[in-house]
Amino acid sequence: MGWGLIRLYAIAVYGFMFLPVLVVVLLSFNANQFGSFPMTGFSLRWFEALWNNDAVMRAFRTSLILGLMTAVISTTLGILASLALVRYRVPGRNLITTALIAPILVPEVVLAVALLLFLNWLGIGKSFVLLLAGHVVFTLPFVILVVQARLVSIRRDVEEAALSLGASPVQTFFAVTLPLLMPAVAAGALFAFTISFDDITGTLFWKPGGVETVPTQIFSMLRNSISPEINALGTVMIVMTVGLPLLGAGIARSLATKRGK
Amino acid sequence: MSIERREARQPWILLSPALGAVALLLFVPLMFIVVYSFWLRSATGADTVGFHLDNWQKALSDPFYRYILLNTLKIAAITTLLCALLGYPAAYFIARSKGNKMILLLLLMLPFWISYIIRTMSWINILGASGAVNTALMSLGVISSPIQMLYNEAAVILGLIHFLLPFMVLNVYVSLEGIDTNLEDAATSLGATRWQSFLQVTLPLSLPGLAAGGLLCFVLGAGTYITPLVLGGPRDAMFANLVFEAIITQLNWPLGSALSLLLLAVLGALVAIYNRYLGMAQLAKGLG
Repeated sequence: MGWGLIRLYAIAVYGFMFLPVLVVVLLSFNANQFGSFPMTGFSLRWFEALWNNDAVMRAFRTSLILGLMTAVISTTLGILASLALVRYRVPGRNLITTALIAPILVPEVVLAVALLLFLNWLGIGKSFVLLLAGHVVFTLPFVILVVQARLVSIRRDVEEAALSLGASPVQTFFAVTLPLLMPAVAAGALFAFTISFDDITGTLFWKPGGVETVPTQIFSMLRNSISPEINALGTVMIVMTVGLPLLGAGIARSLATKRGK
Repeated sequence: MSIERREARQPWILLSPALGAVALLLFVPLMFIVVYSFWLRSATGADTVGFHLDNWQKALSDPFYRYILLNTLKIAAITTLLCALLGYPAAYFIARSKGNKMILLLLLMLPFWISYIIRTMSWINILGASGAVNTALMSLGVISSPIQMLYNEAAVILGLIHFLLPFMVLNVYVSLEGIDTNLEDAATSLGATRWQSFLQVTLPLSLPGLAAGGLLCFVLGAGTYITPLVLGGPRDAMFANLVFEAIITQLNWPLGSALSLLLLAVLGALVAIYNRYLGMAQLAKGLG
């Protein structure tokens, strides 16, 4: 098999991955009254309809709040745990790491059922608290993987220098370790936010009746009737979950080059 | 308190919030549903506490459940195989490309960031009655009325491949990157054709990545219920749909517990076999 053939094959695979998504974006600007093919012209009417759709806007607010809270809690827990695992000699380190990664090894449906039934038994039914608890536990492993990988590459001498100059461990953490760790913290938080913002598998089990996040809102729009606004909503989601991280990476890079000068 | 004792306690103070969260929100709940699966749902509302084997008997012997379980494994296996066939050459292309590898890899990672539900529903725009394919075929005059391409098993598999392919490519790419290209050059200089050196050197060395990608595709594919709900017909339920039905629709939580534990056991056995022969390290490489 020649290299040309492999390249052609790879291009076809890329096409397969991207064409359906591009079609969503394309159709969201369609003037056609059903929002489907054929394209009849360029229009922002579906975005306008989205803006005026109370259910969708409520779902957005819920998803944003949930995603932000998940990111804050997960990142905090993740940093603390990563510090312990990388900076201290902890007995049973491998076992602990496996335990902390376990939420992504268990199928999400099973995690969803177990958490729902257990917290319900404790008296916490389907609620925002349950949603938050669920989102924190399955985003935590990603934060830990990202932060740990970065922490390993920060040299210990810098921290020891601060300590030997009389800084307390807490001062050292905030003045030395945390600033060096910032890219990983930001990446971990972004990861947690995006995963939470996108989640549907667990969310459908945990959300109280009447509360929707953006993905469950899309899901119910799909099931009831395929409304044309759905492609516009998809486009907004793509911009949020792809555009924001790219923007963040871009800002980080420009900051890094400025500092380098 | 001595400094050593304080030193020894510090990591546990740092670890306790995360470990506590995972214990309270994952491990204890899992143990709880083990107990719950032996309770009984009663007509009056409150579940009957006790030790009853009824749920397990139903989960393990009901022919419909068994059929769905086998069908789920079949769908996951087909999806994994197709992901390998599509993903391997693409990963090989990225790994051996002279161009900008990072851009190529980033492009393929983008779908990870695009919501699963949107990627799934995007196929309705392609395959639906007024989707791209039908519209194109009708305007070309090939067909006079739309062909039904959605809401069947093939559409479910297509949606799953679209969801899982990046996992496969990423894992294969990571292991291909780890191979010393001098080995291939050595093989060709000793007279092997490029195809022979690929088959006898590169492919065997990249098998761990292929296996890791395959495991992820299989486990994630077999645990989904959204794809069959969006792209499948009423007859295309997968095992996780049974769990969803039992818990959300029928409110039969004890039965739902037994069914989810059965799914966990089947997929857990696969992960255990993988871990026994290949170890978790490869999987961690692909995730990080």
